[in-house]
Amino acid sequence: MSEITREQVEHLAGLARIALTPDEIDKLTGELGHIVDSIAKVSEVANADVPATSHPIPLSNVFRDDVVGETLTQEQALAGAPEHDGTRFKVSAILGEEQ
Amino acid sequence: MAARPELMDYDKALEMFEPVVGFEVHVELSTATKMFSDAPNEFGGEPNTNITPVDLGLPGSLPVVNGQAVKYAISLGLALGCSIAPTSRFARKNYFYPDLAKNYQISQSDEPIAFEGSVEVEMPDGTLFTVPVERAHMEEDAGKLTHVGGSTGRIQGAEYSLVDYNRAGVPLVEIVTHPIIGAEALAPELGAAYVETIRDIVRGLGISEARMERGNLRCDANISLRPRGQEKLGTRTETKNVNSFRAVERAIRYEIQRQAAILAKGGTITQETRHWHEDTGRTSAGRPKSDADDYRYFPEPDLLPVEPSLELIQELRAALPESPAVMRRRLKAQWGFTDLEFQDVKNAGLLTEIVETVAAGSTPASARKWWTGEIARLANAAEVDASSLVEPSQLAELIALIDSGELTDRLARQVLEGVIAGEGTPAEVVEKRGLKVVSDDGALIAAIDEALASQPDVLEKIRDGKVQAAGAVIGAVMKAMKGQADAARVRELVLERAQA
Repeated sequence: MSEITREQVEHLAGLARIALTPDEIDKLTGELGHIVDSIAKVSEVANADVPATSHPIPLSNVFRDDVVGETLTQEQALAGAPEHDGTRFKVSAILGEEQ
Repeated sequence: MAARPELMDYDKALEMFEPVVGFEVHVELSTATKMFSDAPNEFGGEPNTNITPVDLGLPGSLPVVNGQAVKYAISLGLALGCSIAPTSRFARKNYFYPDLAKNYQISQSDEPIAFEGSVEVEMPDGTLFTVPVERAHMEEDAGKLTHVGGSTGRIQGAEYSLVDYNRAGVPLVEIVTHPIIGAEALAPELGAAYVETIRDIVRGLGISEARMERGNLRCDANISLRPRGQEKLGTRTETKNVNSFRAVERAIRYEIQRQAAILAKGGTITQETRHWHEDTGRTSAGRPKSDADDYRYFPEPDLLPVEPSLELIQELRAALPESPAVMRRRLKAQWGFTDLEFQDVKNAGLLTEIVETVAAGSTPASARKWWTGEIARLANAAEVDASSLVEPSQLAELIALIDSGELTDRLARQVLEGVIAGEGTPAEVVEKRGLKVVSDDGALIAAIDEALASQPDVLEKIRDGKVQAAGAVIGAVMKAMKGQADAARVRELVLERAQA
């Protein structure tokens, strides 16, 4: 059976800034546990010699040429912002800091 | 502001503890476009103009990898002696901070493009130190926040922040070292020399402007101490905002002294980020390492793996420029400097500046004279790196003006001050400040005649073989010309006068 605990779900929700009710935490603890169990079952079959699938279609090296394309105008860029000062996005004072 | 922390005497700290350092250096690549969008890789101009829906993380937009940035990253990995991963992947680093609009940064986690290499760093005494490199990975830069309100303009007390996303998505390579053991008392110097070597490597590759003062090259320094004889590494701090070679050196020295004082009293070091303050020469506590570092990395579902072919890797390897160590040997021979002259230039971190000044047309000797002389003096006085004061091309232009006789050394120093003050190119400063040498012989002769009128016996003395008597006249003429005359030419004219 899975090792997902209520505490882990609360921790994850905190990291993701999602407020969960106690009922939701219970429900997700069960569901996430089920997902982890399912993946563990797949892992039993897939040994180290089976490479991880990153994409349903086996593709790699999809690159773009280093050529400048069309950009948004400043007005367009700011159009969806809840608040701006005419040139920059305005956000509330941040308690964190650069990562 | 916290009380001034206690510091242990540096030599005593080294007696009791062994310093272990490590570096994370971010290099901004000078591609034409961003890492995952075709917006121009330019910032500093009008805010929020060099962006596309991808850079804002707008719904429905999808990133596409810049092939040129991948090549640059591979070249850098090879220059660092790294293995290039046959398969490398991008990953999402999730965090909440509005310097990126997506709430995640596209980076690389456990599958970086380059891993396990080493960099030979030349120490101030000329010996080589091998710095082990753990990895070099690709990622995107973040936007720029300006904190508004509050008294200090810093984060604490800010009422709101303004965000410019022009820099968001600019391609970065982050180079991470293993813990570096064995530098001992020279750990601070090693730090500065390492970052300088990385700068020389990326400039040699032509993949970045690599100017620390502009943030093209950024360094975080990890520092820990362990008691002599202890195997286990001590708790480290990560000092950010060290934006010059000099700052890297000072910050490491400071942290060694600060941590030693705490440990000697039986205290413990908090694992945290610290900020270097150039003005006070101290670090201050930032964010403790905790939940906030749980970035929940997962493979970036919008991007495919990067699988460089062996042919591409070989092609890029063949195109690598000479290593900084080989380059130094070549330059020393080409420039004809003495051992001492060359070592001085190298220790001052001015090799690249002289290379670029020579490339712009100056002789190695005059480039050395200015960089290690007047510019180094001004940089020392201002406590900044010499390279941040003036562009090599500007200095070359200044030297050309001296060589053509339009400026004397004395005037050139004034022009240099003007250039550093941002008054424009050397030619523009000459124009604005009216500093040109008076090369009109007529004006000089008039001034000489005037000087001779008040010192009539000078010509007689010169004719009697007392050539040094010309000095008084030359001095008077230079004074009349407010220094804007070529003293050698004035001397010639005075002597001609005596022979007439």
